[in-house]
Amino acid sequence: MPGRDSSVKEALNKKGAYGKDIDLERYEEGSKDADQVADLESSEYRRYMENVGVVADEMARSGSLMFIDNGMSHCSPRIQEGLEVMSVSEALRKHDGLKDFMWNAMDPAKDKYTAKTYLEDGDGFFVRVKSGYHIKSPMQSCMLLKTNRTVQNVHNIIIVEDGASLEMITGCTSTRHANDSLHVGVTEMYIGDNANLTYSMVHSWGDKTNVRPRTKTVVGRNSNYVNNYILLNPVESIQSFPAADLAEGASTTYNTVCLAHAGSDIDTGGMVSLNGPGSRAEIMSRSISMGGKMCARGRLVGNSPGAKAHLECRSIILKDGGSTLAIPELEAHVADVEMTHEAAVGKIARDQIEYIMSRGLDEDQAVSMIVKGFLSGSINGLPESLQKDLDAAIEQANLGS
Amino acid sequence: MTEMLRIADLRAEAGGREILKGVNLTVEEGETCVLFGPNGSGKSTLLSTIMGYSTCKVTEGQILFKGQDITGMSVDERARLGIGMMMQRPPNIFGVKLGDLVKASAKNREVIGQAANFKLGEFLDRDINVGFSGGEIKRSELLQLTAQKPEFILLDEPESGVDLESIDLIGNKVRDLLFDPASGSERHVSSLVITHTGQILDYIGADRGYVMKEGVIQRTGNPADLLRNIKQNGYGE
Ligand SMILES: Nc1ncnc2c1ncn2[C@@H]1O[C@H](COP(=O)(O)OP(=O)(O)OP(=O)(O)O)[C@@H](O)[C@H]1O
Ligand SMILES: [Mg+2]
Repeated sequence: MPGRDSSVKEALNKKGAYGKDIDLERYEEGSKDADQVADLESSEYRRYMENVGVVADEMARSGSLMFIDNGMSHCSPRIQEGLEVMSVSEALRKHDGLKDFMWNAMDPAKDKYTAKTYLEDGDGFFVRVKSGYHIKSPMQSCMLLKTNRTVQNVHNIIIVEDGASLEMITGCTSTRHANDSLHVGVTEMYIGDNANLTYSMVHSWGDKTNVRPRTKTVVGRNSNYVNNYILLNPVESIQSFPAADLAEGASTTYNTVCLAHAGSDIDTGGMVSLNGPGSRAEIMSRSISMGGKMCARGRLVGNSPGAKAHLECRSIILKDGGSTLAIPELEAHVADVEMTHEAAVGKIARDQIEYIMSRGLDEDQAVSMIVKGFLSGSINGLPESLQKDLDAAIEQANLGS
Repeated sequence: MTEMLRIADLRAEAGGREILKGVNLTVEEGETCVLFGPNGSGKSTLLSTIMGYSTCKVTEGQILFKGQDITGMSVDERARLGIGMMMQRPPNIFGVKLGDLVKASAKNREVIGQAANFKLGEFLDRDINVGFSGGEIKRSELLQLTAQKPEFILLDEPESGVDLESIDLIGNKVRDLLFDPASGSERHVSSLVITHTGQILDYIGADRGYVMKEGVIQRTGNPADLLRNIKQNGYGE
């Protein structure tokens, strides 16, 4: 598509709609020629992976994928009927029809980050569940940034066909040597009719890392899509605004849990277009500002009768010095929709702290109990292993007042 | 007898208004004292002030607990000295499970296993007070106090809003708190109990009564006499 190529080239100068602008020139293109990791358990990257919910012991997973910088370094699907796992580049060779899915949900000219990924022909993971198959254990993938001053621009495709279901955990992280780097992950997800996808993403970066994921999900009739996002460590900046289009009777939930440390600039949330009659959406965000900048966006667009959606942003400010902004947006184009939102930003109510103190716990213990509860109770239906990781991470984060 | 609690000329504000206007009151060790008084007279404010809630600001006077001045102490310091409170309207705490708070505060670890006796077996995994009915709040407060094992207990209308069947449960649990069931009927725990109806007294009895009106203790005396008088003549004016 030569016409497209030139418009995408122009988009290389197009700033993102939100978030601070990143100068792409600062970064080298990450290598596609990745080190091969034969065995996750003995890998030198093991603790980085495990830190973002990707387990080395693959028994509890239906398969694992790993990208280091821009190349695939590990791919070990357990042989399982109905599940196909490989790199996108390989999948393109294998499936003629895949071309039609590439850059279909996501416009490559959306902004400079998608444009860059398109023009660099970013590789990524391809996961497909064939019609009617239910994959029992979660699939996992890890996106690791290893080389400093580089950009990782991967392009992933997930296809869950009619009547199929999949749970997927993606952990994205940078090694301590790659602190000053840029992650751009484009992910396009296609969910057929009567299908289910739970996609959980855990991020952990360095305090100089910039992150610009671009995610779009197309949800078919009567299907359900759950998107979980967890960020608990410092980062320089993250801006992401994943979006989903819902067909008739489809439903989706976005859960976001973020800790904004001093120096972190986080702008995240979700947007859902309720295009089909009777579609439903819920966008939930919980964040804690520990002196960082937190912007929680949620946008619901009601385009079809009977659409029902709710948006909830809750934020606790534990330390001064940062800022917290909740931006809930409701937009309706037909009369018969029910869309609501709730937003609350502030410190923990004093009477709650004192109530717990009245049982003999000191103030720090009381605050940390409330904050932990606020964060860990926030995601319904998180995969069990991730819930444990989340609880452990919250336990470790110093959340006293 | 030694003094458990002495309140001396206590003045306190809440929401920028003076609510307690020179309260004097004592509770002896092992005593159960009752506090009567019309709605809005300052009874709950007094209990919250004794517990140390920061919504109540002491402007004058003193609170002594076992002879020690606790007027400036934080809520948790008072709790650790042995004061416990059942609130009339405790706050909702989203995300914190009742069972976790009970476990974290328990001197008495077996209490978790006894939740069913409080008809709270299914409540340990629920967020504290969120969506609890009036009676459920009372039982949850009692479960927490039973775990905490205070030496001095402030009870704010333990029986109000409780159905006729559950009142036995509440009454018996309060009695267990005040009279250690293991040691016969020997009285250990002192308490200050707010009641409008006096129903709770059928279970725990009372040694002394106070009537509060407009932020001061207006009358002191035998609790049964006071209650009879209030029932006949109201609070006056
Ligand atoms: N935080 C506050 N801000 C403003 N007014 C308050 C506050 N707390 C208490 N008050 C007022 O103080 C007065 C006493 O309240 P309190 O709750 O102590 O009454 P009470 O004697 O316990 O009444 P009841 O029998 O109805 O429970 C009331 O008029 C109440 O409105
Ligand atoms: Mg009261």
